[in-house]
Amino acid sequence: MRTLYTWVGIAAVVLFSSAGDVLLSRAMKKIGDVGQLRRQIGIFGVVGRILTSPVFFSGLACMALAFFSLLLALSWADVSLVAPASASLTFVTSAIAAKFLLHENVDRRRWLAALLACAGVALLAR
Amino acid sequence: MNLRKYLVLVAILIFGPLGDVFLKRGMGQVGAVTAAHWIQVIRAVFTPWVALGIGFLLVFFAAYLHALSWADLTYVLPATSLGYVVLALLSTYMLHEQVDLTRWLGILLVSLAVGFVTRGPEVTPRKQREARPEPALGAPVRSEP
Repeated sequence: MRTLYTWVGIAAVVLFSSAGDVLLSRAMKKIGDVGQLRRQIGIFGVVGRILTSPVFFSGLACMALAFFSLLLALSWADVSLVAPASASLTFVTSAIAAKFLLHENVDRRRWLAALLACAGVALLAR
Repeated sequence: MNLRKYLVLVAILIFGPLGDVFLKRGMGQVGAVTAAHWIQVIRAVFTPWVALGIGFLLVFFAAYLHALSWADLTYVLPATSLGYVVLALLSTYMLHEQVDLTRWLGILLVSLAVGFVTRGPEVTPRKQREARPEPALGAPVRSEP
């Protein structure tokens, strides 16, 4: 039962952080290149645009949910399982979500990079 | 990609791990927080290490948003996965541990990922993103001229 709880927790972390990443990415693409925008409307203008974006806040909310799911999962299982599993799986789910929801051009190079990062982080994050 | 953009990516992979390490150090001094004494978490925010950690994480988040405004998510995530290497090195340095073979292998794989993704374009052209006709299965994928 504990194992099931642990994996449900890890799945929640992965789903919420991927959703957060996708929403933040969509919000920032809609706002536009922050560097160029800053020269046009100033830093406060840029901050204002970000803080008035509903998509940005839904992304932020997903990130917060991912954080609390991580805390929950950590109370059920060891950090040496939860941290690498959730961090590395997020690379793959985010790549899938970015391809289908953000229509990013995820070519062979990027799949390979996501899989290598996934494996590497699984070995590192203990 | 220009120098400014590379600096934003470097800021992500430096300030994220620094924030984590400072938070960990600060919370180690505060000690384990129990549910009955949750108010200690609020107090912990104002201790120097934790405050510094939060400051670094805010810089990290700003740089992350900056990068997402001009690069694809599938570029930013692998390109900044080097942050996990920085975190592993910082924590082994602070805890005086040896970097074992597993970690060296992890460092190698992450570095390969960064190498692969940064040799490609950082963003999908807007036109292609917004009105992308789904290619039929098996149809050759059009490449951008």
